[in-house]
Amino acid sequence: METVPEPGSNVPPKKDRLQTKKKKPRRYWEQETTGTAAGASPGPPRKRKRNRELRPQKPKKNDTSKKFRMSKKPRELKSPRPQRSLSGAQDPFAGPAPFSVEVVQKYCRIDKSKELPHPKTKTRSRLVVAEAQEEETSVRAARSELLLTEEPGFLEGEDGEDTAKIRQADIVEAVDIASAAKHFDLNLRQFGPYRLNYSRTGRHLAFGGRRGHVAALDWVTKKLMCEINVMEAVRDIRFLHSEALLAVAQNRWLHIYDNQGIELHCVRRCDRVTRLEFLPFHFLLATASETGFLTYLDVSVGKIVAALNARAGRLSVMTQNPYNAVIHLGHSNGTVSLWSPAMKEPLVKILCHRGGVRAVAVDSTGMHMATSGLDHQLKVFDLRGTFQPLSARTLPQGAGHLAFSQRGLLAAGMGDVVNIWAGQGKASPPSLEQPYLTHRLSGHVHGLQFCPYEDVLGVGHSGGITSMLVPGAAEPNFDGLESNPYRSRKQRQEWEVKALLEKVPAELICLDPRALAEVDVISLEQAKKERAERLGYDPDARTPFQPKPKQKGRSSTASLVKRKRKVMDQEHRDKIRQSLEQQLQKQEKAKPTGARPSALDRFVR
Amino acid sequence: MSRNQAAESNLLALNQQKELEDLPKDYPLSTSEDEGDNDGERKHQKLLESISSLNRKDRQKLAERSEASLKVSEFSVSSEGSGEKLVLSDLLEPVKTSSSLAAVKKQLNRVKSKKTVELPLHREEIERIHREVAFNKSSQILSKWDPVVLKNRQAEQLVFPLSKPQSAFAPIEHVVSGWKAGTPLEQEIFDLLHKNKQPVTEPLLTPVEKASLKAMSLEEVKMRRAELQRARALQSYYEARARREKRIKSKKYHRILKKGKAKQALKDFEKLQKVNPGAALEELEKLDKARMMERMSLKHQNSGKWAKSKAIMAKYDLEAHQAIQEQLARNKVLTHKVQAASESEEDDLEARQAMQEQLARNKELMQKVQAASESEEEEEVQEEEEEPLVPDMVNGVQIKANGLNPWMFRNHFIDAEEAEVQKDLESVEEPEAQETSESEEERAVVEEETLLKEFEERRSLRQKSELNHMAEPVHRQVTKDPSSQEVLSELRALSQKLITENHQSGKQELSSARTAQREEPAREEEEPMLLQRPKRAQTLDELEELGREGCVENKELPRTAVEGLQLEKNLSNHIGTPKEKKRKEQMIDLQNLLTTKSSSVKSLAVPTTVQELEDEEERDQRQMIKVAFAGDDAIRDFLKEKREAVEASKPKDLDLTLPGWGKWGGMGLKPSAKKRRRFLIKAPEGPPRKDKNLPNVIISEKRNIHAAAHQVQVLSHPFTHHHQFERTIQTPIGSTWNTQRAFQKLTMSKVVTKPGHIIKPIKAEDVGYRSSSRSDLSVVQRNPKRLSIRHKKLLENNCVD
Repeated sequence: METVPEPGSNVPPKKDRLQTKKKKPRRYWEQETTGTAAGASPGPPRKRKRNRELRPQKPKKNDTSKKFRMSKKPRELKSPRPQRSLSGAQDPFAGPAPFSVEVVQKYCRIDKSKELPHPKTKTRSRLVVAEAQEEETSVRAARSELLLTEEPGFLEGEDGEDTAKIRQADIVEAVDIASAAKHFDLNLRQFGPYRLNYSRTGRHLAFGGRRGHVAALDWVTKKLMCEINVMEAVRDIRFLHSEALLAVAQNRWLHIYDNQGIELHCVRRCDRVTRLEFLPFHFLLATASETGFLTYLDVSVGKIVAALNARAGRLSVMTQNPYNAVIHLGHSNGTVSLWSPAMKEPLVKILCHRGGVRAVAVDSTGMHMATSGLDHQLKVFDLRGTFQPLSARTLPQGAGHLAFSQRGLLAAGMGDVVNIWAGQGKASPPSLEQPYLTHRLSGHVHGLQFCPYEDVLGVGHSGGITSMLVPGAAEPNFDGLESNPYRSRKQRQEWEVKALLEKVPAELICLDPRALAEVDVISLEQAKKERAERLGYDPDARTPFQPKPKQKGRSSTASLVKRKRKVMDQEHRDKIRQSLEQQLQKQEKAKPTGARPSALDRFVR
Repeated sequence: MSRNQAAESNLLALNQQKELEDLPKDYPLSTSEDEGDNDGERKHQKLLESISSLNRKDRQKLAERSEASLKVSEFSVSSEGSGEKLVLSDLLEPVKTSSSLAAVKKQLNRVKSKKTVELPLHREEIERIHREVAFNKSSQILSKWDPVVLKNRQAEQLVFPLSKPQSAFAPIEHVVSGWKAGTPLEQEIFDLLHKNKQPVTEPLLTPVEKASLKAMSLEEVKMRRAELQRARALQSYYEARARREKRIKSKKYHRILKKGKAKQALKDFEKLQKVNPGAALEELEKLDKARMMERMSLKHQNSGKWAKSKAIMAKYDLEAHQAIQEQLARNKVLTHKVQAASESEEDDLEARQAMQEQLARNKELMQKVQAASESEEEEEVQEEEEEPLVPDMVNGVQIKANGLNPWMFRNHFIDAEEAEVQKDLESVEEPEAQETSESEEERAVVEEETLLKEFEERRSLRQKSELNHMAEPVHRQVTKDPSSQEVLSELRALSQKLITENHQSGKQELSSARTAQREEPAREEEEPMLLQRPKRAQTLDELEELGREGCVENKELPRTAVEGLQLEKNLSNHIGTPKEKKRKEQMIDLQNLLTTKSSSVKSLAVPTTVQELEDEEERDQRQMIKVAFAGDDAIRDFLKEKREAVEASKPKDLDLTLPGWGKWGGMGLKPSAKKRRRFLIKAPEGPPRKDKNLPNVIISEKRNIHAAAHQVQVLSHPFTHHHQFERTIQTPIGSTWNTQRAFQKLTMSKVVTKPGHIIKPIKAEDVGYRSSSRSDLSVVQRNPKRLSIRHKKLLENNCVD
């Protein structure tokens, strides 16, 4: 296909003719430009009936090379400044690599909304340096997005076709074999409804049946790691930091198994556990129990960090906020409470439903929380400070289980049906108007989880386990150092050590994880006050006004006093003005709320 | 010789005795030499003297010292014999004039010219001054390093040992010399250039040019310097002379000088007239101006202080009399009217007559007019009195109307003439003026009318609004700003509506409305039964509570059908308060939140409800029952909980009352309310709660102490506000959040030292300075007493101060 140009062929006048005859050698950059060009151009129409592409897709090379040559000539003409070098060759990409401003904005971390008091020159220089650093790092990060080669998959219907009508069988038919193999059903009718859990890398799957069946397998290769029957009711199952450890909430106590099915621990302080959550960066296993306790178990040292009494009866709904590691508990009085191990009381309590809360899920950005209640409603709440519902929908039977995918798809299990809703963009809440996909199962849903880094939704139900294909659910690019699905045993061990070294203390869990980057203003003030007390004066206080000495008799004692008084009066006036304004505000607030209700009002409907 | 003596005497008279003491000792003052004369001569002299003394009336007996004795009379020293006065210089003078005397004279002169030397300062003070000067200088030298220090402080990384900054920019000649001409044309060009020693690049000069420039510059500088020196010397001579002359007190001298000057000036003027008449004229003008000034200021009359004193003296003192006379004469000269030249006088006279005639005519006219208008008699009288004066003035000014005094000229002329001319024109012009004024007035009136109309309109509006206002209290409406018409109209409409509603049977309306409202949701979709039921159970109490919780304007939230129902309810409840309705509209309602408009999923797959598992069924049933019974109190419970949380988080008041203090105490006796109020310390109101406007949320206000322990608690130096510091630590530096390069750069160490290298202190060369600064500093440090001239001056200044 490609030929190397002859060695003596770089004589300029001949070049044009050669180009017409022979194909130029392809360079490493040519691939990319064609890719982007293809992406930008309308390209192949997406009107094919079912254009479903699962994540692992590769650009087709056949037509790209053709297109490239077509698009090359204009670019050569465009190239702004041909730089001469010894060989006479030109740099086709002169100057620094381009980057998009929006992407850079995404990586900017400095909160510029806070107003700064006018800084001194020294301080200003520091601030300038900090801002320059931020910009540089964010530009670098934006440039490195080039390395995220994979694109998310998607599912698009024909004009007016509802994607929800597309069945799993159709999808499986359309996708490649490797992806098709990811859709499977495990018929396990014997041991009753299953709970399931994917490991953080998305490679392994553990499931536990109500009637004691516990198994773990590498679900991609379908290689079974262990399969045991614990001879006790299994309420929940969860992988710990790696696929080597497995926590199982059994009828009485919490048990921990390894991937061979050997029982390692029996944690008796966590009894009658109904739900399990693992906080990977803190190495905390959160357990919600029937007795109403939320217990945090540090699995790296095996200690119970905190046991909090929720004072709301039986806890059966729990989820974690992956953004800030706050635990969300759903209660039977329609409230959802947010917990951190450092606080004895809930950080926030939100009244979400009229009836009890049946399921809670939080998306990966920590912005949205989906709840479903016994009032058959499904609501999406905004978690950024206001805790107000963004959208709500009444479902015929109400959702018993909810799960968010990495890219913000929301799955709800209602009876034996699973519905999936998608949002418009990445960080947008799922729009509950039209379901993206629906699927009917052979049994009632008992557990739901999207598989990380794979477009797969795992559903545990009374008839076993179903692995559904959901195009566009997962993040297509994984961080090989953080959670590598293809890692070897050695790599896993390395990662384990690193992760343990970077373990975040449990007490740092709070609503705003960026609070650590803030100054503790209260203790700062306190320290200031104490210092002033100790010294007997406030060293930072403003020095009282001292009039400047003047000449020609204007610096007499009387005039000095007069000038001082002038300044003092000015300050005094300002103070009075301020207090008056405050009073006005208060008065406005305290306006009477209207006429007094009469005693007869009770009879009016 | 005599001149010498005179000079000497002068000197002695002027100088003090002290200065004489400074004379060198090697020149002895000997008087013994006179005694060596022979006796015969002396006797002869004596004889002559005694003879001559016989003639004199007042004979002075001078004691003569004939022999050595202990008693020496102080009066006995005399200059007998020579018949001259004794002067000191004679004593000094040797018999023979020697060369050494000249030196003494010189010294004497020098002494005379020199001022007295002041006392030296204290040693400490001198040292202090030295220190100060040295400090100033060294600090100045050190300030050169400021930019370097600043740069190093702000540098991202410092690598030691400091490497010299490479001289990145080579001079252009070097570059050019390194470049060789390639093509034959270029070679030719370069050959040409080098042959002629032409500069290769533009700003360079040929060596010849450079040399010539250098040669020229030195000469020029020398010449220039010499010139300057000369000018300076001349100036100083002149100044000295002027100063000397100024110091002369003799009146006669000054008089003569003045006269001389006047003569000179006259001569000059004549000369100028011949040479340059224009300039002469200007001179004349100047003189005139001076005269005018004189006339204005009345300087030389007899009213001054000096003149008055002289006038008193004049009776007795002839000189004073003369002086006064002189002064008056001068005054006369200065103030006398300048007469025009004789030729132009006749014309002027004619003109004056013509003018007067005209004026007379004017006057007649004026008088006629006056007769008509009697009321203005008084003014006319005054004018009549003025009028005879005017023409003179006019003439006086007109004669010398050469633009000398435009101010006077213009004023009087216009006053005199135009005033007269306009006066008779006025009768003609007046109607016109009146007309114009009338038209103006009309315009003004129109404007006024429009304004008035506007005002009236406004007033009527206000009255209307006031009427409205009056009407409103019937419905107990209180509006804050009556000016805003929209609000008013709205309110009016509302009130009318309400009245009509009142008149009708409101119940029916309401029920019908409610049914309508109920139909809507039904039309939209089938609401679940659970939703419908609680609506009815909403109580007023809850609403009130919500109102107390605060209102939020959040219009994004979906409105529900229930809301309309509630509003209806509000209307029916508080029928006279439509304002409340508005308020309610703005508020988030918990009910709304919980019963948001929601549509059921039109999913294809409706879950099969037939076969349900036991436990799920069981649980559902249990919760169903709970919902059925506890749907309403969920909200109430939540509100109660929230209220409790709010109460708990509020700072507590401190009660310091001591029962029984100052009063009777005991069982059942309570301290009086007054006392309690007096001793109750109210806690300051804390910041507003975060969930103040969120009725469905309780946000804990407790601080996470454990997390706070990890936060920064002290502001480091240059920061004055915590927000500033926060900005600098908001960017994460870990490799988890950054690319590898960025991470490396962010965690770069601030100072790097190369192992195995000696780190020498920073030198001036290292940062691109010349080394002079450092050597300067060392000199000052080593020898602070050696100071430059400038510093000496400074020192002197300090001494003077």
